[in-house]
Amino acid sequence: MSVTKPGEDAIIAAPRDAAAPKTFNRERLGLIALGLFLISVPLWFSAVGGYTDLASRVLIYALAGMGLNLLLGFTGGLSFGHAAYFGLGAYGTGLMLANYTSNTLLALAAGTLLGGLAALVLGPIAVRRRGIYFSMITIAIGQMFYFIAVRWNDVTGGEDGLTGFSRQPIFGWQLGSTHFYYFVLFFFALGTLLLWTVLNSPLGHTFVAIRENQKRLVFLGIRVERYIALSFAISGLVCALAGSLNALLDNFASPDDLRYTLSGNFLIIAVLGGMRNFWGPLVGAAIFVLVQNYVSAITQNWMTVIGLVFVLSVMFFPLGVLGFFRRRGRN
Amino acid sequence: MLLDIIFNAFNGLIVGSFYALMAIGLSLILGLNGVINFAHGGFMALAAYLAFTLVPYVGFWGALVIAPILAGGVGYVVEQLVVRRLYLRDPLYSLLATFGLALIFQDLLRTIWGAQGLPLAIPDFLNQPVSSTYFFVTGYRLFVVALAIISTAGLFAILRFTRLGVRIRAGNKDLETISAVGVNIYLLRSANFVLGIMFAGLAGILAAGQLGLTPTMGDSLIMPSFVAIVVGGVGSLLGSLLGGLIIGVASGVTTAFFPAASEVVIYLIMGVMLIVRPRGLFGQEGLFE
Repeated sequence: MSVTKPGEDAIIAAPRDAAAPKTFNRERLGLIALGLFLISVPLWFSAVGGYTDLASRVLIYALAGMGLNLLLGFTGGLSFGHAAYFGLGAYGTGLMLANYTSNTLLALAAGTLLGGLAALVLGPIAVRRRGIYFSMITIAIGQMFYFIAVRWNDVTGGEDGLTGFSRQPIFGWQLGSTHFYYFVLFFFALGTLLLWTVLNSPLGHTFVAIRENQKRLVFLGIRVERYIALSFAISGLVCALAGSLNALLDNFASPDDLRYTLSGNFLIIAVLGGMRNFWGPLVGAAIFVLVQNYVSAITQNWMTVIGLVFVLSVMFFPLGVLGFFRRRGRN
Repeated sequence: MLLDIIFNAFNGLIVGSFYALMAIGLSLILGLNGVINFAHGGFMALAAYLAFTLVPYVGFWGALVIAPILAGGVGYVVEQLVVRRLYLRDPLYSLLATFGLALIFQDLLRTIWGAQGLPLAIPDFLNQPVSSTYFFVTGYRLFVVALAIISTAGLFAILRFTRLGVRIRAGNKDLETISAVGVNIYLLRSANFVLGIMFAGLAGILAAGQLGLTPTMGDSLIMPSFVAIVVGGVGSLLGSLLGGLIIGVASGVTTAFFPAASEVVIYLIMGVMLIVRPRGLFGQEGLFE
């Protein structure tokens, strides 16, 4: 499913973002600047009217968006059900903390693996069809988990969500708001490193090639379904990591963490930021979370505002914010 | 026990009729417009609320006719403003845009009519049970099934016997060619979109009479409708109809035995169908892929 016409933007954008030769010092510099910026956020964020948990939320949603974007932007598969893996991560972490362990890291690992495993198992089913069909199947799989979470009261807490757990100190390190932000930042870095490594490997090149011309790869004898399923699993794993972090941030897991609306929000985040750019979802998540937070403080109708932003950006800036600026920069 | 099963199966048939009407509209729009209309649930709820407002003035029967037409009008505007601009792009974009529209619909409905549930008044004589043993078979429920069948038959008649229908069917097969022979495909697609929305509207009003009105009523019906399309097979209206009824009844029967699984079973059916027969009951191989 190629989103722009081949040769127009994709060929230039993809290798530059995903697989640029490492000789570019500019890229390194940009990365260091981004890292310093993210590290400095708690220092000034409250001064501009934010609060640290909000910044943590941006990172978490950005991580989920980037995970989704591996499949969406770089492999060309539109999954409308990635909240399922996010939510499984959240429930997995919450259930571990509530019932089995007081080790936050162990719970995080368990949640992440649960979501990743689900994606690994369900990916091959979804991949049986392509295009619009693929999207509908992923939605339906996601909704299945939503209804399980809502109906399986004894374990999941049903519609009220899962409570009764909270993040525990790690080796005596109390995870207050600011410290938790750095905790999230660490795993954000880990997740992006994983994605970056994948995209710069031969595997990542295969993903991009599938997006660009699936038929040709089939002719070359490559089992395309397996690669898409693998991309699906990795992106599900990253989403699950984000969901686990989200559960730790809120000390709560809600059925809404699994719902298709959240899957849609992740798509908004990826498309808004620019799904052909590695860092696009980070920009998208920042816009999304901040708009949601500030507009909902002003008016009850923040959903309309988000919806409008979304419709307009899809119509007029299909390459997202980063894509838009990159294109202008080139001209 | 047997009565219990019949009761739940019949309930499922009613809900399945809503799924089927929704799925047919979605399927129409997907076929010719190439759009997964995520806002379908929003249009459905809109028609139901319009009916709620109209009932005091024109009565239930008037509202049943007028509200879908009004919703169709809104559908026309939306098609002109948003959907039509995305025809030439990847289907991904129209899916995302209509998802944005769905958010807007839901939010505006809540703002205008309030978040709490409202009842839609239906004529008294329809509320009576038809027999005392089968107390759950009310006139309204029979009416829902009958109207679902009649409107579907009507749609098939339109597609089979009118010029518009011939063009829609031809357009499903090869849009470029009918454009080349002089059909205004933009107009055709608009008409088709409106037709699909009117089916959503009809489903919405019927569902509101049974389940009541909430701004999120479309949410709970649109997902099973997607499943109905997958189960029935993309590109087949008959498949969408049967798919909707099948998952409705299956969900109902499951309620009798294991209520907690009544929603999940819908998605399990889809999973099994995808493994056994990926193209669905009547689907064509390789459509929209």
